[in-house]
Amino acid sequence: MVVARFFRSSPLGGVCAVLLLLLASVAVMAERLAPHNPLTANYAVTRNPPLGRHILGTDHLGRDVLSRLIFGARVTLLVAISSVLLGDTLGFLWGVASGYLGGRVDLISQRALDVLMSLPALILALLLMAALGAGLSTVIIAIAVTRVPLSTRVVRSMVLSVKELAYVEAAGALGASGVRVMTRHVAPQCVAPFLIITTGHLGAAIFIEAALSFVGVGVPPPTPSWGNMLGGVLAEAFKPPWWMVVFPGTAITVTILAVNLFGDALRDFLDPKLK
Amino acid sequence: MRKYLAQRLLIAIPTILGVTLLIFIAMRVLPGDPLSAISGEGGGTYVLSQEQLRAARASLGLDRPYVVQYLDWVRDVLRGDLGKSFWRGEPIRELILRRAPITGQIALMAVILSWVIGLPVGVIGALWRNSWTDYVFRLVVTLFMAIPSFWVALMIVLSLVLTLTWRPPLTIAYLWDDPLRNLQITAGPALALGVALAAMMARITRSSVLEVLGEDYVRTARAKGLRERIVVWRHALVNAMLPILTVTGTALGALLGGSVAVERAFGVPGLGLALVFAVAERDWMLIQNLVLLYGVVFVLINLVVDVSYGWVDPRIRYQ
Repeated sequence: MVVARFFRSSPLGGVCAVLLLLLASVAVMAERLAPHNPLTANYAVTRNPPLGRHILGTDHLGRDVLSRLIFGARVTLLVAISSVLLGDTLGFLWGVASGYLGGRVDLISQRALDVLMSLPALILALLLMAALGAGLSTVIIAIAVTRVPLSTRVVRSMVLSVKELAYVEAAGALGASGVRVMTRHVAPQCVAPFLIITTGHLGAAIFIEAALSFVGVGVPPPTPSWGNMLGGVLAEAFKPPWWMVVFPGTAITVTILAVNLFGDALRDFLDPKLK
Repeated sequence: MRKYLAQRLLIAIPTILGVTLLIFIAMRVLPGDPLSAISGEGGGTYVLSQEQLRAARASLGLDRPYVVQYLDWVRDVLRGDLGKSFWRGEPIRELILRRAPITGQIALMAVILSWVIGLPVGVIGALWRNSWTDYVFRLVVTLFMAIPSFWVALMIVLSLVLTLTWRPPLTIAYLWDDPLRNLQITAGPALALGVALAAMMARITRSSVLEVLGEDYVRTARAKGLRERIVVWRHALVNAMLPILTVTGTALGALLGGSVAVERAFGVPGLGLALVFAVAERDWMLIQNLVLLYGVVFVLINLVVDVSYGWVDPRIRYQ
């Protein structure tokens, strides 16, 4: 079976996959797992240190940090997965079309991608957030746009090399229409590299969401996200509670680490030619 | 060479024009112009009547056709007139001139730090491949590639505040005026950004050196009886520089982006912090011109990296 083969090829990647699945189940079952409501402020217990009645302490509004972390996992995964799916699917279609059609379409689309790539991803996302306004769906769109040029480039170059293969020419010679050649013969060849970049982009998407929410233009409060939990500390000038910094940051780091290691393992698994 | 440079510059110009178009469309054509975002319609802070809104639009020139507005903006930027901050009325040009040295210095220090840490770590990892040192280095590198730079920044601030009850100063001090205070501002952000970049640098250096070490000319150099130090420094490392250079270029882009959040964490009075507040306050002219500045700088960095290929690797000929 594929899963077993993946585990055997990379135990570490398998462990990361399990960890991510666990995180996903935590996100899905957040209501059942969270000990407290993540949104209700309780001014009687503001900034309580960990290991008291609240295991990971409370924030400046007396909200339970653990519960907010659990619900934050939902936001983080939702934003990361949907933005990457949206952006990379768009990039996939664009890359296949641009690479296969070639000519003027390709030329123009290459220049358009140049433009999208000439802003650092986080700056582009900031610009789009300024244009679209803060919100969950706008964060997803903004991050998705930053992913488009990268996946388009990869898929396009893949298409360019596949296009020259004999069987593609044969399909054309047999009278298959352009659309059919693209969807049935060219696109399937690009799925493996596409999966590799998609998992690669997950880590970047988590980082961008966290950074946007941290500086206060991403997922708007009170919805908990790991990034805006860290942003809450910025107001604590005199004695910032360390648990408000350490726990969300650890959650972000561990998740990105797991995604990266899983992505590396997946790349080795799908494309043994690369090292 | 000169012809190649001119050619690359010529390609950079339409790209930057494209960036201006992207910025303009994002900020003004997408539904909700700057005024409606800050006044009543968008649920903003200021409630203006329709009439006031119309008058305000006219006074800002927002009632004119998009094409006119766009050309006006580009012409102003070309003349060096970057307009004023909507809220503070401060000329944006002066804001940039005041803050850019800080952000630039942080970026430069971060890059230097990343080379100082990343290159040796990568080279040692490659030379002692699969040793314990290599494993430990790889572990640390993988970890640091995952740690968000702004979290490192927050942790630095946190430990300084909790242990020494000390916070970096929040006002601008330039290196040439007050080096000590300047370093208090810049050292932290440079460290936070530098370690993330160092991890990336170490990773690419390791794989790049490993690749070169497998080349024929390295075997030949060893067969000639050259000392290992010469083989590594003169033959392997120099040839491994090209990917390292490319990564430095793209990493600088990530760094420019990441510095925004890091500056926010430290409260550094740089360009990134200005951009964050501009976006939060919807100071649209400031956003437009700051984003444009980031775009121009990023395009120029990539240009410099491209051109420097020929300097590092004389085999590359420019046509």
